[in-house]
Amino acid sequence: MTPAELKVRTKRRKQLIQVAIVIGSIIVIWSVISSARTNLTALGITSGFGFLERATGWSYSFSLVDRSIDDTYLRTISIGLLNTIMVGAICIFLSTIFGFLIGTARDMRNLAVTSAAGVFVQIFRNIPLILQVVFWYATLIHMPGPRQSYSFGETLFMSNRGIMVPVLNVSVPVALVITVILLLLGLYLIWRRVSPMKGICIWLAGFVVVLVAAALTLVPADQPVISVPELKGLRFVGGVTLSVEFVAMIIAIVLYGSAYIAEVVRGGLKEVPTGLIEAGKALGLGPVSIWTRIKMPMALRTVIPPLGNQWIFIMKATTIGVAIGFSDLFYIVSTSITQSGQTLELIAILMGAFLLINFSIAQFVNWLNAQMKLKAH
Amino acid sequence: MSMTSTAAPVAQPLLTRITTSLRKRAFGNLRDSVLSVIVFGFLAYLLYLAVDWAIINAVWTKENVSQCGGESSGACWSVIDARYRLILFGLYPYEEHWRSTLACIAIILTVIVSCIPRTWTVRRLSTIWVVGFAIYYLLMEGSLIGLEQVTTDQWGGLSLTLFLFASVVLLGMPMGLGLALMRRSEMPVVRIFALLLIDFIRSLPLLTTLFTAAVVVPILLPDWLQGDKIWRVIIAFALFFACYQAEVLRGGFQAIPKGQFEAGKALGLTYLQILGRIVLPQVFRNALPATINMVVVTFKETAIVIIIGFFDILASANAAFGTGEWVHYYMEVYVFVAAIYWLFIFSLGQYGEYLKSRMKVSER
Repeated sequence: MTPAELKVRTKRRKQLIQVAIVIGSIIVIWSVISSARTNLTALGITSGFGFLERATGWSYSFSLVDRSIDDTYLRTISIGLLNTIMVGAICIFLSTIFGFLIGTARDMRNLAVTSAAGVFVQIFRNIPLILQVVFWYATLIHMPGPRQSYSFGETLFMSNRGIMVPVLNVSVPVALVITVILLLLGLYLIWRRVSPMKGICIWLAGFVVVLVAAALTLVPADQPVISVPELKGLRFVGGVTLSVEFVAMIIAIVLYGSAYIAEVVRGGLKEVPTGLIEAGKALGLGPVSIWTRIKMPMALRTVIPPLGNQWIFIMKATTIGVAIGFSDLFYIVSTSITQSGQTLELIAILMGAFLLINFSIAQFVNWLNAQMKLKAH
Repeated sequence: MSMTSTAAPVAQPLLTRITTSLRKRAFGNLRDSVLSVIVFGFLAYLLYLAVDWAIINAVWTKENVSQCGGESSGACWSVIDARYRLILFGLYPYEEHWRSTLACIAIILTVIVSCIPRTWTVRRLSTIWVVGFAIYYLLMEGSLIGLEQVTTDQWGGLSLTLFLFASVVLLGMPMGLGLALMRRSEMPVVRIFALLLIDFIRSLPLLTTLFTAAVVVPILLPDWLQGDKIWRVIIAFALFFACYQAEVLRGGFQAIPKGQFEAGKALGLTYLQILGRIVLPQVFRNALPATINMVVVTFKETAIVIIIGFFDILASANAAFGTGEWVHYYMEVYVFVAAIYWLFIFSLGQYGEYLKSRMKVSER
């Protein structure tokens, strides 16, 4: 056989394999669809997304906006999605802050500080997240009832109903708008490539300004600026009640996530060339300036891609809230499946939502990474 | 005599090392000293609280349970004393617990033995894992070696967690290798298929994948193809493992120069020979720390099967304090289970760190 013939034969074989794979997948997909059809008709379920218009007839634990058992499936699922995004965003935000603090502490010179941070990381990283979630949940629901609640200066209360905190007296939509404004301010600062430390200072100043402005203009005139929870009879009035499920989830995910992010940050700080730090010392910079002007900006470039993976992980981790009955998207979808039987459609919605969320986070991280690149490169 | 003379030079530097680093890094100047005293003091206080609760003021036996719950008393380990068999073995028949114990030991030994570098050839590792897994299965199931049959729905507790872990790694590793190879294939259809599958599974929460396997697959497949729920979940879990492992291996592949393939081809070796004898040993060596990390993550993630209704160690822990008299001692049970998980995960993680530092040294 000549080499040319051999080449043709290998090419043929490769084409055959690929055609076989395509035909094989078509057969599998077709048989899955037909078997699903027969199984679903046997159960008396009509496929399609028509059920989204029907009322659900059941309630669930947590929602930012008004809810009732007359809500359609569409509205209920949207609320679940909103809950997932909100818990995910809060957890990502807090874990990133704590992660950077603890990661920095692990990189410090002082042995006491590094060991304390090390103990934190080793404890919270090495216990399964779901065990931590049920642990905090069990601890929180075993707190005393509202009348014997722990009080912190008569403004913040902890009881087995949740944590009651004082809030700015504005409606939910206004609060959402404020959050969006602050987010946009942060994105603008990153886009303008303001240095990290200066950016954080400007952002915090903006935070205070927006809150004061909202307090002065948007709070109804006849009400106090800050609504403080107060025990009236058997329950609390005013403020905002963070439910037990919500708080347990946030505590567990933030501890777990920040332990992981701390390791990422420590890795990034370790990668900064010692020559740069020595150059900084030779110029007479103090430890704080070296950290804010040399170490952190350099480390950020290696930290951001793995940090993005951690963000996606945290977003996915919110699904385990179902173990303690927090009504996130997964909880809503699995309840909808048992109630309506529209399994395939609901699973498709669930998967689609997570693909979309994680794709957006990945795109955002890519953008962030591009913004962080050294300009000369 | 000879013992002291060999031990002394090793012990001395360690102690001096600790004191020097304490002197340099904790009490070097006034500011550091103040900070160190505060932070070490805080850590010592936490340690004192923990020891006080868990050891000094604890009640240890189930006979003394009446001493629990007083104002000054600490942990009530009576609940563990009374319920540890439920936590470790779930609903497995009480008289047959020795089988469960041996089966768990088999899996743990498998993991320990495969940490020894001398076993790191494909043949040895796969033999060890298949044998370890087979011993586990034969002991737990029983009917094949003449013991009383115990079906998988009665398996539970730590033994179920270990079973899930071992079967996921055993199935997932070859699947991951297959996906990694498909991902690098010259055939576009194969490559795109692998790429889509890997990215799809990696974007979904593990819980969604497992839930789909447990709940949706029965609708999609004809009856004869469905199999047991536990096997569907294990296969889905293995797929999850494989998709992440494929990315880990891809990192290992990237470090290998293309010239090695070409050199192998020029010597007249087949594709499989090049892979098995030249490329894969290097790929696995490069990917070793990340692979161990993946195994650790898998062990941690097995805990979520409680949500789709399996009686793993977390579920049996919930059951252990679920009945009337023990209902107040949830903390003790969770701490006990957390300690078991922590021990496994921390030691595997430290082993991974050790390997990483060893590899760095050998690269110099």
